Amino acid sequence: MDLAFTPEERQFADDVRAFVRANLSADTRDKVKNGKHLIRDDYMRWQQALGKKGWLVYTWPKKHGGPGFTPAERYIFENVCAEEYAPGIIPFGTKMVGPVIYTFGSDEQKQKFLPAIRESTVWWCQGYSEPGSGSDLASLRTKAEKQGDHYIVNGSKTWNTMGHWADWIFCLVRTDPKVKPQEGISFLLIDMKTPGITVKPIIMADGGHEVNEVFFDNVEVPIANLVGKENEGWTCAKFLLANERLGIAAVPQSKRGVAALKDIARAEREDGKPLIENQSFAEKIADLEIQVTALEFTELRVLSSMAHGGQPGPEVSGLKVRGSEIQQRITELTMEAVGEYAAPYLPGLLWQGSNEEPVGPSYAHLAAPRYFNARKTTIYGGSNEIQKGIISKMVLGL
Amino acid sequence: MDLSLSDEQKQLQEAAERFVRDKYPFDARRKIAATERGWLPENWAQFAELGWLGMAFSEEDGGYGGGPIETMIVMEQFGKGLVLEPFLPTVVLGGGMIASAGSAAQKEALLGPMIEGKKQFAFAWLERQSRYNLADVSLKATKEGSGWSLSGHKGVVYNAPAADDIIVLARTSGAAREQKGLTLFVVDGKAKGITRRDYPTQDSLRASELTFDKVSVGADAVLGQVDGAFPLVEGAVDRAIVALCAEATGCMDAINAATLEYIKTRKQFGVAIGKFQVLQHRMVDCFTNAQEARSMTLMASLKIDDKDPVVRAKAASGAKVQIGKSGKFCGQSAVQMHGGMGVTDELSVSHYFKRLTMIDLMFGNQQHHLTRYSNLAMAA
Repeated sequence: MDLAFTPEERQFADDVRAFVRANLSADTRDKVKNGKHLIRDDYMRWQQALGKKGWLVYTWPKKHGGPGFTPAERYIFENVCAEEYAPGIIPFGTKMVGPVIYTFGSDEQKQKFLPAIRESTVWWCQGYSEPGSGSDLASLRTKAEKQGDHYIVNGSKTWNTMGHWADWIFCLVRTDPKVKPQEGISFLLIDMKTPGITVKPIIMADGGHEVNEVFFDNVEVPIANLVGKENEGWTCAKFLLANERLGIAAVPQSKRGVAALKDIARAEREDGKPLIENQSFAEKIADLEIQVTALEFTELRVLSSMAHGGQPGPEVSGLKVRGSEIQQRITELTMEAVGEYAAPYLPGLLWQGSNEEPVGPSYAHLAAPRYFNARKTTIYGGSNEIQKGIISKMVLGL
Repeated sequence: MDLSLSDEQKQLQEAAERFVRDKYPFDARRKIAATERGWLPENWAQFAELGWLGMAFSEEDGGYGGGPIETMIVMEQFGKGLVLEPFLPTVVLGGGMIASAGSAAQKEALLGPMIEGKKQFAFAWLERQSRYNLADVSLKATKEGSGWSLSGHKGVVYNAPAADDIIVLARTSGAAREQKGLTLFVVDGKAKGITRRDYPTQDSLRASELTFDKVSVGADAVLGQVDGAFPLVEGAVDRAIVALCAEATGCMDAINAATLEYIKTRKQFGVAIGKFQVLQHRMVDCFTNAQEARSMTLMASLKIDDKDPVVRAKAASGAKVQIGKSGKFCGQSAVQMHGGMGVTDELSVSHYFKRLTMIDLMFGNQQHHLTRYSNLAMAA
């Protein structure tokens, strides 16, 4: 056991940093650094650069075209990218459907879909939740009925993130309504251009548009787009969720968030002195930093145990719970640091990238919208109540 | 001791409930928020007609002889409806300061028309560096002939776009953050030299950044004593805090009711999610928090006119701490229990949550008032 990085690992960190600096465009970096809204093209340009290098699918093993990073390399890669203000990698292709396809898909599916995910030429989105099926995902009702060599899909999906930018969607659909809910679900890949699909925006509390409802009206999907066996989609679903929950911990982003919070607390004044000199507030930041450290080392332990090709187990639910709570706490303390200047709402600056002058300091207008938006983190990817249920059942045997 | 409302107070409560029910269903509120002004003159006229604009002022001042309890009653209903009309800046702050310190002429020129619904106010105290220190004021007022000249900046001035007069806290002497040396001026909102940048706030109110560039006012613009405004401002802000606490109590009741209804009707795993103990206990904690908030608001409303300024300050700060804590708990819990729906713009839940969040930031958050309370309580 050794916490220090080897010379090779230190070299790798330098390589990643040099790569990010050479390949991340200055304006995208600026947007991430200043919390501006990113457009599809910002993500695509960065992901395609990573794709060329072979690092986009950094969690994939070598045999599926990934770099086969060790846990240390993975940790270094994620942290350096965050430190250099690279946009977060959109997980729907790289961390969700990609691993499902290489684990459960046919050879034809692997050949057809994996290269485009590795190179980020196709944007994927997720069709899991439905209006009536949130925490109780297995109750989903979007149905797929076989008709010749097609499924006919009818129903709707919700909380579909960035579907308005997507080329393809992976969906859980009901293929057998007569059996136990989990036993009649299949995993389908659907081209978003197929006739019968409608995407309707959902406006969030912060005024932004990032999620949608997606409606399917007699959408024809080739049977060849079924991943795994019919009615065995729940296996894919659970496999994907475990991967999703690992990513949700967002440790590097939280470390960056704590650093940014400290900067704000140094810049803000209270009674003529930097706010960070207020003992009560400084202790709140310290407490948060300790929580992040605990989470970081818990995640490292999980990654370490997965080093020899294992899949994450139910313990990742704990990472999701703490990771999301920490993300919320960062936004809460940031808003506290900004104080009354968090009140002005500037949608142009926030969403349209307008050049209007901020009110107060440049970070102020972001504080409240981020706080409101971050409430989603304890809800999505399986609410924290659901995660705790999983831990009590699967880990503690209660 | 009797903590029950009088018949008149009950009638006031019913009238306020009726107003919110008739004029502030959530869809109507959304439409009002989307107008350029952000509130409705017809509602303001109705407030005047119902006597709400004058209810907390003495008959001598042209009011109807009520006090903080009347303000509490109305603000609580405003909280339930997320009412947007600028009652707090105009009546509680502006009217309150004029009633406390205004000359007979000022009361006649300002308070009378305000009670009739013909004048609105804004209170400009905050500056970029002020945070929650009411004395951290650097906007300067210097003598100019018989009058004064004001130069400097004020931020997040609620209701500045609509205010006929802006009550400006300025430094007339003393060093930065010195409590002595502050003076209040009543300045025409359209005075030469004032530049306004208007914007909506997170909770759909209207506010402005104001720049004062050699704004000239007469000697009669001074409200209260030259160099002696601090105690007046502190008292007025404490009253405003108690009114905000009442509003927050109304928000909490509304958001709790919506959440309770949701967990009774939303089904997952074949049952209403309110059947799950983890949600039951959280819901119970929401109700307990709202009860504590209501109790502290009542306590503060009863003590805010106490002769002892320490009693008043402790009452306001104590209530603000409670409201900050309870508002955050109820708001966050309501969003969580609503799941994804709670973070959408579509449901009222996120709007109550936003208002509760902004109430915590106004005039000092939970932490600020905990420190203030602690300093007051440990000194005694």
